[in-house]
Amino acid sequence: MFRYTKMTALREGLVWVAALLTLLPFYFLVITALKPDEELLSTGTSAPPGRPTLENFAEVLTQGGDNNILMALLNSVLITLGSIAGLVAFGSLAAYVLARSTARWGSVTFYLFLIAILLPTQLGLVPLYIGARQLGLVGSVGGMVLLYVGTLMPLAVFLYAGFFRNLPRDYEEAAALDGAGPGRVFLRVVLPLMAPATGTVAILTGLIVWNDFFTALIFLGGSDNQTLPVSMYYYVGSLVSAWNKIFAIVIISMVPILAFYLFAQKRFIQGFAGGIK
Amino acid sequence: MTATMGTPQDTTPVVRGAAAGAGGGAPFRSRRPRPLISHGRWWWALPAVLVVVLIHYLATAGGAFYAFTDWTGVGDFDFIGLENFRRIFDDPAMIGSIQNTLFLAFGFLIATNVVGLVLALALNRTLRTRYLLRVLFFMPVVLSPLAVSYVWKFIFDFNGPLNGVLGWIGMEPRLWLADPGLALWAVLVVMAWQTTGMVMVIYLAGLATVPAEIEEAAALDGASTWRRFRHITLPSIRPSVAIASTLMLIQGLRVFDQVMALTGGGPAGATETLATQVYKETFALSNFGFGAALALLLTLIMLVFAVLQQAATKDRS
Repeated sequence: MFRYTKMTALREGLVWVAALLTLLPFYFLVITALKPDEELLSTGTSAPPGRPTLENFAEVLTQGGDNNILMALLNSVLITLGSIAGLVAFGSLAAYVLARSTARWGSVTFYLFLIAILLPTQLGLVPLYIGARQLGLVGSVGGMVLLYVGTLMPLAVFLYAGFFRNLPRDYEEAAALDGAGPGRVFLRVVLPLMAPATGTVAILTGLIVWNDFFTALIFLGGSDNQTLPVSMYYYVGSLVSAWNKIFAIVIISMVPILAFYLFAQKRFIQGFAGGIK
Repeated sequence: MTATMGTPQDTTPVVRGAAAGAGGGAPFRSRRPRPLISHGRWWWALPAVLVVVLIHYLATAGGAFYAFTDWTGVGDFDFIGLENFRRIFDDPAMIGSIQNTLFLAFGFLIATNVVGLVLALALNRTLRTRYLLRVLFFMPVVLSPLAVSYVWKFIFDFNGPLNGVLGWIGMEPRLWLADPGLALWAVLVVMAWQTTGMVMVIYLAGLATVPAEIEEAAALDGASTWRRFRHITLPSIRPSVAIASTLMLIQGLRVFDQVMALTGGGPAGATETLATQVYKETFALSNFGFGAALALLLTLIMLVFAVLQQAATKDRS
């Protein structure tokens, strides 16, 4: 019934025009980052560089001290991976127990997580900052991981619980009948089955941690362990209008996540479409 | 044994020993024998429960507590009741940030939902390159809002590409980010540009549940495209509308990154939002009590809108 007609072809063309317009900012991003200093003012802002160069990238990557982008990249990777590990391990365990529980405490605890999803983090940040300062956790990678695991745990538990509820109990019960204890059942039976849910949890929470600026600025700003967004914020602030350098940093910050997205775009889109519900 | 086992569809709950006796959602309480199969141990949930109680509940309660004090981050503090809130509502700058926050949140909600739904409808079926187009439109969603804002800051620059295009078609260049009347709109454009793809994906998931046969039948009966959308598509994607609008409103209310990167709150406070004020008051000026009061206000606004939205979408279904 809904065949591909001339009108459809026209529609397809229009959508492509819209897509290219939408992606136009990436064009400016790339051409400007490739411009040498002297071309920044001499060539038009929309014109490609006459003599493309990678020296902006070389310069911003070799900065030391607070502007060390490679250190920031490493910190971002460590904090993101640490947070994902904590969320997957403790989130799946909690969600499994709660989803399989038929006791009243199980549903009460589950509501504890659900309500926490609605609770915005801003209000808790002041006491958390004070507490972390007293414990010496401000500006530390471990403190950040703990903070992110805590703030994103409700989301992780919610996503896992939805998955476990739809997972038949057959395999677990068969394994238990064969004499496996609860620990073995979880590790050998449940763990391999929950891979799709783990993918969604890792992508959704990992993206939030990787791109987080607000909490990272408060807890890591000015420390030795700044993440990419915080480091970028201070570095860009010091560059005023050296757009070719600024865009070199911006591209470096975008490349890891874009590569990961293009590699696993199906999972990203499915995660956002289904996971968020 | 057989009483607790059964098929996976079996509704007989497998009660764990430790919690035996509480019959889940059952209307009656009954004593059950200790089951032979336990799904995990209750203490497996403990680490997750602890961090959530600590980082969500205790911290939020603590934040609410400081909102009624004049603490500056060090030393003693006094209870000053609602003084902080009186100061917020007496201060035109704070009122301005509340208005800016609401403007951005609702503008964001409307822009992302309208454009996102149009894109989803366009990319739902028939187009040959629809999968590639979805990947392209979704791409900005995964990027850091801060990085995206820097790209747009360049586009909005006085010597930037946008004014270049305007000059080319014979229009006056404008100070997009330095003009108090325009800067807030510029922030809104950046927010919407980055997030529309996410709304599109939520609507695509909703549209996938609309049966093609019903639409085809309606089309055969002579229903126009608009009537098919109004009476078949729209009712089926109501859950998606609820999810997308709630998410966008909450995300819009906590806008921070874009403002910090594009304008820093300027010109003259014209783009200051509640989240940027919380940051500046608390962590730049060390007015912990006042900052906590602002954060409490932001939290209350978010909760009120979240509850209103839930109620509004529940009634219709």
